[in-house]
Amino acid sequence: MRQGVGLPAMMAYFIKRLVQCIPLLLLVSLLSFGLIKLVPGDPAVVMGGTNATAAEIAVIRSNLGLDRPLHVQILSFYGNLAQGDLGRSLMLGQPVKDAILERLPATAWMALYSMVLTLLVGLAIGVLAALYHNTWIDQGAMTVALLGVSVPNFWLGLVLILVFSVHLGWLPTGGYVEPSTDLLGWLRSATLPAVSLALLQIGLLARITRSAMLEVLRQDYIRTARAKGLSELAVIGKHAMANVAIPVVTVVGLIFSVLLSGSIIVETVFSVPGMGALLGNAILRRDYPMIQGGLLFVATALMLLNILVDVAYAWFDPRVRVGGGH
Amino acid sequence: MGDPILRVRGLTSTFRTDAGVFPAVDDVSFDVAPGEVLGIVGESGSGKSVTALSILGLLPDPPGRVASGSIRFEGREIVGLPRKALQALRGPSIGMVFQEPMTSLNPVFRVGDQIMETIRAHEAISKADARKRAISLMDRVGIAAPERRLDDFPHQLSGGMRQRVMIAIALACSPRLLLADEPTTALDVTIQAQLLDLLRDIQRDTGMAVVIITHNMGVIAEFADRVLVMYAGRVAEQGAVDTVFTHPRHPYTVGLLRSTPRLDRDEARLTTIPGVLPQLSDTMPGCRFAPRCARRTDVCVLSKPPLLDVGAGQQAACFHWDAQQPGGAS
Amino acid sequence: MPGSIRGCAWVGGTDVARPSGIGVVRRSLALGTFRRLLRHRAFVIGAVLLGAMVLMALLAPWLGTGDPNKMAVRMRFQPPSMDHLLGTDNLGRSMLSRVVFGAQLSLMIGLWVVLLNAVFGVLLGALAGYFSRLDGPLMRLADALMAFPSVLLAIGIAAALGPSTSTVVIALAVVYIPRTARILRASVLVVRELDYVQSARVAGASHWHILFRHILPNSMSPLIVQLSFVFAYAVLSEAVLGFLGLGAPPTQPSWGILIAEGRGYIREAWWLTFMPGAAIAVTVLGVNLLGDGLRDVLDPRLKIEQG
Repeated sequence: MRQGVGLPAMMAYFIKRLVQCIPLLLLVSLLSFGLIKLVPGDPAVVMGGTNATAAEIAVIRSNLGLDRPLHVQILSFYGNLAQGDLGRSLMLGQPVKDAILERLPATAWMALYSMVLTLLVGLAIGVLAALYHNTWIDQGAMTVALLGVSVPNFWLGLVLILVFSVHLGWLPTGGYVEPSTDLLGWLRSATLPAVSLALLQIGLLARITRSAMLEVLRQDYIRTARAKGLSELAVIGKHAMANVAIPVVTVVGLIFSVLLSGSIIVETVFSVPGMGALLGNAILRRDYPMIQGGLLFVATALMLLNILVDVAYAWFDPRVRVGGGH
Repeated sequence: MGDPILRVRGLTSTFRTDAGVFPAVDDVSFDVAPGEVLGIVGESGSGKSVTALSILGLLPDPPGRVASGSIRFEGREIVGLPRKALQALRGPSIGMVFQEPMTSLNPVFRVGDQIMETIRAHEAISKADARKRAISLMDRVGIAAPERRLDDFPHQLSGGMRQRVMIAIALACSPRLLLADEPTTALDVTIQAQLLDLLRDIQRDTGMAVVIITHNMGVIAEFADRVLVMYAGRVAEQGAVDTVFTHPRHPYTVGLLRSTPRLDRDEARLTTIPGVLPQLSDTMPGCRFAPRCARRTDVCVLSKPPLLDVGAGQQAACFHWDAQQPGGAS
Repeated sequence: MPGSIRGCAWVGGTDVARPSGIGVVRRSLALGTFRRLLRHRAFVIGAVLLGAMVLMALLAPWLGTGDPNKMAVRMRFQPPSMDHLLGTDNLGRSMLSRVVFGAQLSLMIGLWVVLLNAVFGVLLGALAGYFSRLDGPLMRLADALMAFPSVLLAIGIAAALGPSTSTVVIALAVVYIPRTARILRASVLVVRELDYVQSARVAGASHWHILFRHILPNSMSPLIVQLSFVFAYAVLSEAVLGFLGLGAPPTQPSWGILIAEGRGYIREAWWLTFMPGAAIAVTVLGVNLLGDGLRDVLDPRLKIEQG
């Protein structure tokens, strides 16, 4: 069924949301900046480590600008930000921005893989659970979903390594292969981490999908669809799913957030050279500029994603579009 | 009269509740002749909607199901039909209009698409032709500027317009029987009148049979040829509208007619029927109206009254149908 | 159609049956709720699982599992057996004992996070919901905090504050307080407009009185459900933070730290990583089941589907 939407209208909405986000962005960046202020004592000392000399600490301090008055620090922070400069990682000796951009593809590919798994499996489980409501299929599916939400994903990752790598030898323990060089190899190396990430999300999505589907199936328009003599496939697959998509889309933003959170540990466990591992290492080594820049980047990316989700939501639910409704 | 287009015998539809399984429709039988308009009237909870849903196999299962009985459409038994056969029936043979226009249309699909979908599900027809058919259907049901309205979403239309769309959908494949479950109840009085006129118009044009369900006696009087009065899941009375309305035999029918507000009489108080409908789970061996009936005797409480012929094609389920005293009114 | 069908159109006269006892005593409301909870299967299973874990943590010193720090180098890397139910680690310490004692720290952290949420989340949510002038800025701040992925933010805060148990508690609490505050705010916004609250205001009751005597007691249901999920999240996230080395130094390790310790030996001794994680899974599963049960019984509106 045609659900054409005016592209210019969508673009306008997108821009409007972007603009609305600006105050939030300011606040978020301020919080990121403030993170380093949380450190009890002198951050330069902490970063230098136990064996640093006073001279080394002084160098660190001046590099970070910590010896300047607060308002100057804030101004230079935002000044740098405006130029796209997220600071400089002391540990890696490279600009934070570069480090992030280097590692981003690996995380992005993993996120894509994970997202595809989540959507396919999560939706399927949720729909089946709703269609076979109150049967063992429903109970079983919801139990699996609940387990997915209750298990620490890094632990699951380790268990998966145990079973599939150490024991069965089907998949490699770690080591990451670029998809551009060897797609199959990438699939093999990325499967265990993607599955570890996906399980939590599948749990969330399955539960939400089931709720939404049960609610939709109770609606009058489903009865109308049946009264028209449509096949059950059309009733469920078209009429029901089109309405289930609406609440599901609202959850997608949340799922991305969970995914980004999860990738930090999963990448560490599986030695995937992505953003998550980058941040994880930065945290272990107290590389504050990196932590700051990384957090800011992630939060901004999430906000953008959420705006896209909002726009997509309007595509799925025509009642929300501008100029609709009595 | 030739063969009826719809022949219902002993229909019993049950619902499972926490307290057990109970019949919402209990041993209901009636006929609908081709081209005839049958009105089913009764208060909320009398089982009239369940009857219509049972015919098309649209009862929510669980908790409802057709427990027993026979429904013959054009001579063919449709209870227990396999799903594909039932789907082929819905639309081209039997169409249905529901009560709530606000929620009966899918909110995310365009109105025209929802009409076209019905046609294309049952006929091999091109999209362009289906579109033309949809436009003419919308025109037939009285929607102005149908070519533009085709692309509207349901939330952009008023309640009356949506119901017209529903009617268009129900008529899309030219069914020979239309089931209309309280089609105007949720709408303004003026729109009600318009839609009823429309339905009557279409019925005269197409010659299709109509079963119209309502709790409004006025609608029956205007539109129906024959009437079926239902109470607590059972048939209380049935017959030609004229005869039933002038000579009601069942005390419930008497009460119903008396309690309808009249413009030609000066009434200080509206007449009512004392008591309340029995609960679904109140099983009683005798007549279900007995607790509220002024004609009640022992036999009424002990055994279920069958539908008795009271003359002129009229039937009433009452042992005391010929009693001279008024029944059921205070 | 299922359930009671009552015609209301033609009721009249004196012999109309009236429903009895419309007024429900408040005392029996709480009792009735409790009874319904006990009949809810998920709630009961969850309560049992969680209860077992809590008992284990509370009674740890007296359960006879031995000293979690006692090393026995000759007994290193023993797989799970009748002698060592959960095996031993690289220093010969009993995993059973370590997991049991680990419960203490992990559950306590969870409890602290819930307490902080209960106090600050409620306070901020109530203020935001009740005083509209505070609503804007408070919600802006909440949105900003929620813009960061939760675990990531917790990690960031914990990293900044330095490794210790209180760091973990603060970091986890800060991440979830905005969400709790939002939920409470939503309830307060609704309850605030109810008639009896309005009449209390007209009668001259002070703001605080209204907040504490009228509004808060009626906003409890979604809060209780939320707090149960906060607990689950706290236990899970504590594992992450512990795993990354952001928690307390391991004199008495938490479950997360145990997993971190076991990771290096995953090939030789799988039980070192498996056991503490399983304990977490059982606990969190229990909490989630409990929370589902609470939500079904206390606030069916939150549950979109119906049985």
